This record gives sequence, structure tokens and C-alpha cells, in this order.
Amino acid sequence: MRIIRDIASHPTGRVGAAIILLYLVLALCGALGLTPHDPLQQFRIDRLQPPSATYWMGTDLFGRDTASRLMIGIGHSFIIAFASVGLATLFGTLIGLLAGWWGGLADGLFMRAMDVLLAFPAILLALLIIAVTGPGTFTSIAAIAIVYTPIFARVVRGPTLSLKRRDFVDAARTFGSSQRYVLSRHLLLNLVAPLTVQVTLALAWALLTEAGLSFLGLGTQPPAPSLGLMMSEARNLMQQAPWLLVFPGLTIMLGILGFNLFGDALRDILDPRTQRRTA
Amino acid sequence: MNYLARRLLTFPLILLGVSLLVFFSIRMIPGDAITAMLGTEAGLLTPVQRQALAAYFGIDQPVVVQYGRWLAGLLQGDLGISVTYGKPVLTVILERFPLTLELALLAMVIALGIGVPAGVLAATNNERSTDVVVRILAMLGQSTPGFVVGLVIIYVLSVYFGFVPAMGSFTPLWADPLANLGQLIFPAVTLGFAFAASVTRISRSAMLDVLSDDYIRTARAKGVSGSSVVWHHALPNALIPVVTLSGVEFGYLLGGAVIVEQIFALPGLGRLTLDAIGQRDYALVQGCVLFIALNFLIVNLLVDLAYAALDPRIRLSAR
Amino acid sequence: MNPLLSVRDLTVAFGKDASQPVVKGVSFDLKPGETLAIVGESGSGKSVTALSINRLVDFGGGRIVGGSMGLTRPDGAVLELSQAEEKTLVGIRGREIGMIFQEPMTSLNPVHTVGAQIEEAFRLHRGLEGQAARQAAREALDRVRIADAGQRLRYYPHQLSGGMRQRVMIAMALAGNPRLLIADEPTTALDVTVQAQIMALLAELKAEMGMAMIFITHDIGLVAGIADDVLVMQNGVAVEQGRLDAVLDAPQHDYTRHLLNAVPHFDGGRAARDDGTRTEGRAKPMVAVRDLMVRFPVGRGLFSRNPGAVHAVEGVDFDLVQGETLAIVGESGSGKSTTARAILGLVEATRGTIDAASGHGDRPIQMVFQDPFASLNPRLDVENLLAEPAIAAGRRVDAALRERMTFLLEKVGLPTDCLARYPHQFSGGQRQRLCIARALMLNPDVVVLDEAVSALDVSVQARVLDLLIDLQREFGLAYLFISHDMAVVERIAHRVAVMYAGQIVEIGDAGAVLSRPQHSYTRRLIAAVPGMDRRRQRYDVDTTPVPSLVRPRGYEPPRADWVDAGPGHRVRVE
Repeated sequence: MRIIRDIASHPTGRVGAAIILLYLVLALCGALGLTPHDPLQQFRIDRLQPPSATYWMGTDLFGRDTASRLMIGIGHSFIIAFASVGLATLFGTLIGLLAGWWGGLADGLFMRAMDVLLAFPAILLALLIIAVTGPGTFTSIAAIAIVYTPIFARVVRGPTLSLKRRDFVDAARTFGSSQRYVLSRHLLLNLVAPLTVQVTLALAWALLTEAGLSFLGLGTQPPAPSLGLMMSEARNLMQQAPWLLVFPGLTIMLGILGFNLFGDALRDILDPRTQRRTA
Repeated sequence: MNYLARRLLTFPLILLGVSLLVFFSIRMIPGDAITAMLGTEAGLLTPVQRQALAAYFGIDQPVVVQYGRWLAGLLQGDLGISVTYGKPVLTVILERFPLTLELALLAMVIALGIGVPAGVLAATNNERSTDVVVRILAMLGQSTPGFVVGLVIIYVLSVYFGFVPAMGSFTPLWADPLANLGQLIFPAVTLGFAFAASVTRISRSAMLDVLSDDYIRTARAKGVSGSSVVWHHALPNALIPVVTLSGVEFGYLLGGAVIVEQIFALPGLGRLTLDAIGQRDYALVQGCVLFIALNFLIVNLLVDLAYAALDPRIRLSAR
Repeated sequence: MNPLLSVRDLTVAFGKDASQPVVKGVSFDLKPGETLAIVGESGSGKSVTALSINRLVDFGGGRIVGGSMGLTRPDGAVLELSQAEEKTLVGIRGREIGMIFQEPMTSLNPVHTVGAQIEEAFRLHRGLEGQAARQAAREALDRVRIADAGQRLRYYPHQLSGGMRQRVMIAMALAGNPRLLIADEPTTALDVTVQAQIMALLAELKAEMGMAMIFITHDIGLVAGIADDVLVMQNGVAVEQGRLDAVLDAPQHDYTRHLLNAVPHFDGGRAARDDGTRTEGRAKPMVAVRDLMVRFPVGRGLFSRNPGAVHAVEGVDFDLVQGETLAIVGESGSGKSTTARAILGLVEATRGTIDAASGHGDRPIQMVFQDPFASLNPRLDVENLLAEPAIAAGRRVDAALRERMTFLLEKVGLPTDCLARYPHQFSGGQRQRLCIARALMLNPDVVVLDEAVSALDVSVQARVLDLLIDLQREFGLAYLFISHDMAVVERIAHRVAVMYAGQIVEIGDAGAVLSRPQHSYTRRLIAAVPGMDRRRQRYDVDTTPVPSLVRPRGYEPPRADWVDAGPGHRVRVE
């Protein structure tokens, strides 16, 4: 496919793609139990060990292997990010598309409802939802999905409004094309490019938000490892065991960076405006 | 209808929606409100005491009546009583709010102060080394969670400078401006870090777009010098998306304050919200969430006003 | 006399690759006070040549890779522009070389008032500040015939019409009293009567200030009115250059001859079609429009005091019979496109009837839009694009349908093996052919062509017009041809209806209407059309404002009275 070739030849895009691939492999290995050590097992005599040949990234206060825990943590973060962004994309696209297409009252109602959700800072809305349902993986997914649904609705509604005024939609009306045909062929097909970019960038934000929530102790619950939680646990040990801060911190950063780079590259490749600029 | 008029008109509507959402989400908490409020201690209550408490809090009424009363109270500034502090919710919030507001504003000043010049610098040096360096830094900044930045700052300060930022207490700005700044500068840098990165990125791309617009060519054809083209002709146009972003980002700053206040142990509104969730003080949770959302909405309204001030097409258009 | 500007072998390239220049060795001399017209189509390098002279091309990624451009300064010294430093150039731009551009809508800074933008020019070039600058700006607006100059200074660009903005641009460009004005297609985006006003203004100001001008255009008809010298460009090369009369009367190069002969030029009705004369009352109309009215509500809302409506189309009547072309001509805001859209049901008629005879297809009326880039979904291939009308009519995509596709592709002159290609792989003219093929998929009787050739280059225009005439003859199609371009209309129309402010003011046979216009607006419109025979002829500065179409609620226009001006030629009484 052309898009893969384009990404592979994009200077930062291929870095992003490589990071994402690496993380997917690590998460998969973690899920298959292919970690250097058992991520939950407490090697009591090896507490707070600095990085070594045995423990590549050291151990924590309970003697658990940081590297293994990070692999599992990446998997957790990815599941939450992909699930929440998937839901947000689905509902957001539907709402934005229909609001833009129908216009008038439906548009007003849908978008004011989205405005209500947007009136809450993301973390705060997530906090409110967690306050209601209690912390956990599913709550994190639901919270992040609800936070990003209105953003997707806006991202889709804008282009829908401009696409609907394009001549090819008018032409379709003169042929008497069905609403379904127009929505799927003329609108959705043209929304794929902006949506792909948005999904990638949203994955970066979702990782960020998930890490923040679990850092606050409101995401994944212990003893299950999660990146944010590991950072939070490392706080009081930063003097004795800086590796507990360094490795999870770098892992989170690099993961988010991967999606950001990939999303930016996609935007460069798919956006006709930047195409014109580089042409 | 005028853009601003429409904006002002939808404002109370959104606010009503926000109040509905907050009120009914809290009502969705499983278990009855008394148990939710008092936790295990609720088990010690006699049925009569329960009844009395329910009547006192008005939760024996139908939910719509409850909402009506609560809304009426809201309009008079009555957000209920915090169980934890034994004080009116609004009083507790107003004690904590100045810190968070100052923190967010300081973070915004830092972010805009760094981001806009950096973005302009990168755009005017497009594809040269300055641009590449700025873009890499901005990309890294955007990918670093606030808590990572905060913990790194604390680590560097304590390990390399033997300096531990004063935590736990807070000196108001009017009491001792220097001490206040000393306490807030590192949290504000933490909070503004990612925001500065997005401001840089958006200023750069907006500036690039604007610099290729026809009216910039007109200015050059007129004999306007390079720097005046950038600052006088291009920047006012390029700032329009930056202003829009600032409104949205202010919400993230208020949200991010939860994390930053947690890291630096600052007694602000974010930490209050977090603690209230932990303590199951739902009147306080409700009040905090509502208060922050209100602030966010007000800031967004102000941003729209600024937007209209910057862009005469919005200010003067009929629709 | 020394030339003001002497260009030798100018070569300009974009990007890092200097081996494929966009301008390839252009040379010319320009004497003080004279006008050089550079004529060419898109991609000819004419605009790049213009932008190279004041070196604005540098900011668009262009580089001057060869040649020289000597500008004689007021003190007699010659400055080599191609080698000049940016610092020197800033002092030249606006002061010695002024410039105006094609798009008045985007060429003014939207966040500054027009006053501030003109004052800046006076500040830069004459050192005027404050009150003095404001006074000078007001006088500059007076000079470009903007009424109420003092008031208008406080306006923002978006509050002015296209013609007004172009006047503001001219006022700004002339603030520095430049000895050379570069005008890059300054009237292309404007209505024809506004174009005539701007051309008149330019000619007058040029004479008054004795400045030289380089006038870039694609319209060789405009050249006749203003140029002393002509330079014809094609693919970056100057294919022909010389004095105006020599180039127009004895063209040497094939391309110049093509521009002069093959491309539509307005010929006062003498070139109107004479095939298929209409027999009044005999043929059954394919489309009969009666008393069509389209109104768009405005100012409806909580705070508005006087809701009214834009009366976009007001009481329009006409018939269209088989095999004929009825052209509706008018300027922007005349209601011609709204009429077309109402016939297709894209806007709702407020009142009136549109009767379409049941023809041989499912949908007897089809439409072709102005912008071939916007009217084809970029994500669908040709097969899917052509299949859409059939799918909408409930047909399946089968061998018979594909056969029809290849049949029509061949008819419109496209390769028949292009079914798997996407729109971006075609040129503008090819896309418009694709749109025409799509409109013919269901075998319609009537095709509405809404400015269907306006977005195309002039020589492409000529070929698409020929194609349309061939298809009309072969399939017996009736065309409703919406256009602002009198030259194009003259080529294709049997009958012409002139619309002004939402109403038809004159309708009749093309030859009669275009050669003997009766209504005052038709006369004004035709007087504004540039032509080859109007050499060095001044256009009149006519500033009749277009009436507002916004009417209070309940407004009904007075009844129209008509007089006959010949067989089938009716004129509205003023």
C-alpha cells in the first residue's frame, strides 16, 4: 500500500511507527508470559536492586522486576487507550456526522450536549466518573472514551459541514442518490484521512490521561502493574532508587512520542495543504 | 444573529447542562445517599435518625424536586455542607481556589511566553536548524506527562541542588509575593510544560500558513520590511488559533492542577477534589467539579471575546 | 530613451532543481510610461515572470537562476534586480515598483482596516505620520473613486465588495508614486462591468502619473485596450513579442494565432450560432419555468427587528425546447445560478412552477457544475463516479452499464481504459469532460451547465465548448447554459436571457440580443466586454451600484411589463 511506503520514507513517521511496533511486541510478549521474571513475584532478598544483568531495570521496594512490570504495564495502557479511543471514535464520528448532515435542531442539540461534556477538563470529568463508579480498568476506559467523544464529534462535524456543501454532494442530490450512499461514499470515505490522524493523536492523549489517572491511584489498581502507578510508587524512593523513576518515565514518554510522531507523519502525508506546501 | 450574542445566549444553557450532569452523576452512585455520605458509620444509625437525616438533606423528596432545590441553592451560592470540613462547600472551595487559579494563570503565562516566540522563530526559519531544534523540543514536550516533568524537577532540585521546594503550605500572593512565587514557580513550570509545547507547535504552523497568505505578499510588495511583515502583518492573524487553543488548554491546566498539586503537595482545588473523592464527601465533589467547570466556561467565554477582538470578521459579521 | 526596465534571458526555477525552470530565458525592454502586456494561460510562467521583477518570487520558493533585470533608478543609475540584496529590494518595492494582484478578496490583511493599510504605504514611502497619513489615505481613496472615502478608511476588507477591494489595492500600490506598476490579472476575479471600471481607472491613473505598467492576463481581449507592447508566453517561453498592432494583426507564432482565433472572443453577436433555429410555439418545451421565485430568509432570530428576505430570483419565466441552448447571462448576485439550482431542486422554489417534459431517461434533467475539482469525489475512481447516477436510479453495475461508460468516455474524448483512475490523475479540462459523461449516463434530455467552462483555461474552454455542441447535435440535448462570460455565451447559445438583480430583463435570439441590446443593463454589460476590435479604447467609468436584493417582509415587486423588440425578443420595460 502507498501509505505504508509514505510512512516508511517519512523521517519522523518511521521512528514513530518503529516505537509503536516495538511496544506492541513488548505488550504481546508480556501478555504471553514471555517476561524476564514474573511481574508480580516479590523477590524479597532483591529489594531495590539497581539495574543489573538479572534485573535489567532494577527492582522495586517489594523486589519485583521493573522490566517485567513495564511490559505488562504497556499492555494495560494500550488496552485502555485502544478501547477508549475506539469507543470515542465510534460514538464521536456518529454524532458529528449526523449533527453535521442533518443540521438545524439536531445539530444544535447534539453539539450543545457535546459542549456540556467539553465544559469539564478531561481529568476532572474522568474523576467525576470514577467518583461514581469506583476506580478500575473499565472505568478508565469509559472515562477516557467519554472525555474524547465530544472531541471526535467536533473533528468530524467540521469537515462534514464543508463536505456537504461540496459540489459532488450537490451532484449526488441531482442524481437522487440515497442518503446512505451519500453518507458512506461521499462523506465517510472523505473523512477517513482526518479521522486516521485524529485517532493516532488521540491514542497519544489517551496514554497520557491513563497514566495520569493511574498515577493518582484512580486507574489500574494494585497489585496489577501500570506505568502511572509505578511512577507514583517511585516518588518517595527517588533518592535511593532513581531507576524506579527513570524507566517508567521514559517508557511512558517514548510511547506517547511514538503515537505523536506517527500521527504527525500521517497528517503530513494525508493533509492536502501540507502536500501543497512541500510540493 | 451576532456571534457574541449567540455565544452569550448558549452560555446559561451549557451551564444548565453541566449542573444536570453533575447532579445526576452523583445521584447514580450505588447505594443510598446516607450510606454514601457517612460510609460505614451509617450502619450505626437508627431508622429514625436516618429518616431525620434524609429529611435534613432533602433526599426524601422526588429527584426532580431535589434538583430544583439544589439549583435554587446554587443560584444563591449555596453548594451544600461539606461533611469532612463541617463548613459550607463554597467556603471550602474559595479557600483553595486562589492557589489553583494563580497556578493555572502562571502556567499559561509561561507557556505563551515561551511558546509564541518559539513558534514564530521556528516558522520564520522554516526547515533550518533552529526550526528543527524547536520542533524536536516541542514534540518531546508534548509527549511528556506532567507528573514525569514534576518528578524530574523535584529529583534534580533535591539531588543536585539540595533544594526541596516548600511543600504542603501556601503563602498567598498578597502576603509575600516572593515566597509565593518561590512556591509556585516549579509547579507552574510543570503544569505549563506540555502547554508550551502545543503553543509552540500551533504558533509555528499558524505562522507558516499565514506567511503564505496573499496579504503577506501584498505587504511585501508594498515595501514592508521582513520583521514588520512578521510582527505587524502576520502575527495578529497567526494568534487567532493560538487564542482558541489557549481557551481549550486552560481546561487542561485546571485538570492538570489535580496532578501537579498532588506532586508538590499544594493545598489547591485539584487536591481538594481528589481528597473529596477519597473521603466520599459528595457534596464537596459536586461543588468542586461544578466550580471548576464554571471557571472553564467563563475562561472560554473570555477567549471568545478575545477572539472577536482579534478578528474583525467575527466581531462585525452578522452571523 | 533609456528603457525603465531591461530584462535579458530571465530564467527562474523552483526548489533545489535548477534543471527544470518555470521561466526559460524571457527578455524584454519597457520604456517609461509604456504598458507591456504579458499574455498566457495557467502554467505559462507569466505570473512568475512578474513576481521575479520585484523579487517576491523569492518568498514563494523561487530562484532566479539566470539572466539579468536592469532597473533604471530616478538618478539614472541602473540597479541589477536579480543580484540586489533584500535590504535594497525593500526600498524598491512599493516606492519604485508597485504591484496589484488577482485576488482582491485575499490580498488585503483581514485584521487591519483598509485605512491603516493604505496609511502604512504612505508612512513607508513618504514618511507621513498620523493626521497627514490619514489625509493622504483619504485622498488616495478619492483618487480611485471610492465614495465616502473618510468613512471607508475605517472599514475592514471583508466589509467591502471585490471591486472596492481592488480599488483599495490600487490606492495602496500608487501611494509610493511608483514608476512601474505590475498588475497580475487584476480583474480576473471581478464581474465584467467591474472589470471595465478597474481597467478605466488603471488607464486614467497611468496617464495621469506617467507610470509604466506590466499587465499580466490570460485574456488577449483585455490586452487590446491597454497595451503598447505584447509578450505571449507558453510553457515558460516567450513565443512571440512585439508592438500591439503587429502581434494582433500579423501574429507569427501558431500559439498566438490559436489564442486569437480559436479562443472565444466576443464579437458583438456576429459569431452567434445559426444552426437549429427555433420555431416559436411549435416545439413542445422540455422545461417550462413560470414565475419562478426563490427567496432566502435573512435576519431571522431573537434580536433582529426587521426580518426580511433575499429575493434571489424574482418572477423568472422561460421555455427550453429540444436541441436548443438557452444561455442565462448575468453578473454575480444576478440570480442565474440560483435559477439553475432551483430547476434541479437543489434550492427550494418559493413560488412558481418548473415543468419538465417526461423524456427518455429516469431523470431528464442533469447538471454540470463550475468547479471540476469540487464536483468529483476525490476518493472514488472513474467507474464509481460514472456509476453513481445509475446506482441512484436503482440499476446494477453490470456489463451493459460498463459498456455505456466506455461509450460515453469515448464520446467526451477521454481514454476508454481510465475506469480505474482517480480524479486527481486528470487535468481540469479532462475532469470537466468526466462530469459531462456522468451527466449523460442516464440519457437525459436537458443538461444544465452552471458556469461549466469558467474555471478552465481559455484554449481548453474552446475545446470543451466544441464538444458540448457536438454532443448536443448527436443526442438532441437541450442546454441551459449559465455564464457570466459573453464571449463563451456567444459561441454556444441559440437564445440568451439576461438576468439582473434576480430578474430577466431581456430575452431573445442570441444574435439579436448581443448585437442589438435594448435594455439599459444589457447595453451596459455588452459595453463592458473587452474585444479585439476595441483597441486602445477607453472604457467608461460607470459606477451604477447594484440594487440591494434584501427586501422587507411582505415586499412584492411591481408587475413586469414587456415590449417586443423583434421575433421572440422581449425586453422588460424600465
